[in-house]
Amino acid sequence: MNVPDNLLYTKSHEWIRREGDNIRIGITDHAQAELTDVVFVELPKVGTNVEAEAPVAVVESVKAASDIYAPVKGTVVEANNALTNNPALINTDPFGEGWIFALKIDNPDDLKNLQSAAAYKEQIER
Amino acid sequence: MGVGQGQYTFLLNDNGGVIDDLILYRIGQSEFLLVVNASKIEEDFAWLERHQQDGTMLKNRSADFGGVAIQGPRVVDLFHDFLGQSVELPARNHVIDLVILEMPVSIARTGYTGEDGVEVFFRASDAAKFWTFVLERGTKFGAKPCGLGARDTLRLEMCYPLNGSDLSAERNPIEAGLGFFVDLEKPNFAGREKLLETKANGVRERLIAFKMNRKGPPPRPHYSLFNNGARVGEISSGTLSPSLNIGIGMGYVLAASARIGTPLEVEIRGQKFPATIEKKPLYKKQS
Repeated sequence: MNVPDNLLYTKSHEWIRREGDNIRIGITDHAQAELTDVVFVELPKVGTNVEAEAPVAVVESVKAASDIYAPVKGTVVEANNALTNNPALINTDPFGEGWIFALKIDNPDDLKNLQSAAAYKEQIER
Repeated sequence: MGVGQGQYTFLLNDNGGVIDDLILYRIGQSEFLLVVNASKIEEDFAWLERHQQDGTMLKNRSADFGGVAIQGPRVVDLFHDFLGQSVELPARNHVIDLVILEMPVSIARTGYTGEDGVEVFFRASDAAKFWTFVLERGTKFGAKPCGLGARDTLRLEMCYPLNGSDLSAERNPIEAGLGFFVDLEKPNFAGREKLLETKANGVRERLIAFKMNRKGPPPRPHYSLFNNGARVGEISSGTLSPSLNIGIGMGYVLAASARIGTPLEVEIRGQKFPATIEKKPLYKKQS
């Protein structure tokens, strides 16, 4: 299972890429494999203010609908509209073209609460 | 029913509600095999014991047997490969006893997918051996293991009901659109009075099949259904149809909103998505 070292992770299987004042968020390779074929993604509206751990998006496979959470407090600045027509990007390229949304974060210190790749690896292998 | 014949039927409570749907096979002159939903074994058996008549014997042999459904357009080729060209599979809804690799098996030409296929029953102790044999010998015919989730999409495309979702102790077969499988001419059976009443007065709600008008989130059980802005019912089964590549489902709606062609809206996380009531089955195999 692919767990890139340069990303941060949540317990609920989102990955976080730091891009200056913004972070980009998607779901991990492990998460997409568990969900199986993604058939629909409900994206957040740009400009929405979100609290840490609030549900922001929904990823649906045939199996189940899963909430995607904001890893930290912030404002939605981008949503991946490519997923509307091609939700399977989450399966084929979870850490790349399958990103879901980007947040402008309120406080960079909040990122300290997130897990490293090593810690996330341990979580999914447990 | 002749010996070797099977019949889809129901076990009803006194209100006409469905305890279980099952297939009854006549496997001997005075011997019958009931293949029931595994989750309902205890309840079914208790019901049968309560209604048992003198001179009949009843045995719960669920633990003695295993079963596998082998379904698909090449199932006849597969069995000819197992048994030789001279052995014929039973006709639709019939069952025969055979021996495969020294394993006594009962093969029924039944299924829950809409494709041609069989359901095979064997001794529980042969389960692993039979499973491995079919997968290995079946490879060249494209045999693959299939889980309940995949099977659920197949049966729902065919609008076959799932007990516990589309059928329940609170719904009778007429409401479920399955009155065809209940013979009201028979003089006496559990729930008959209620069914006659339902037939005379009409149903309050009916199980309908629908298709989403556009791509979107898959419909799922318990989502509300609306017609002209009013809530008219809820989804009992829903999925994304792999064959139609669009959301499909079944649900109970008020009889006045149950006609084929009626526009519906499915409420998903506070948003409404358009759908249309369709004729059953939702998918017909291209022949």
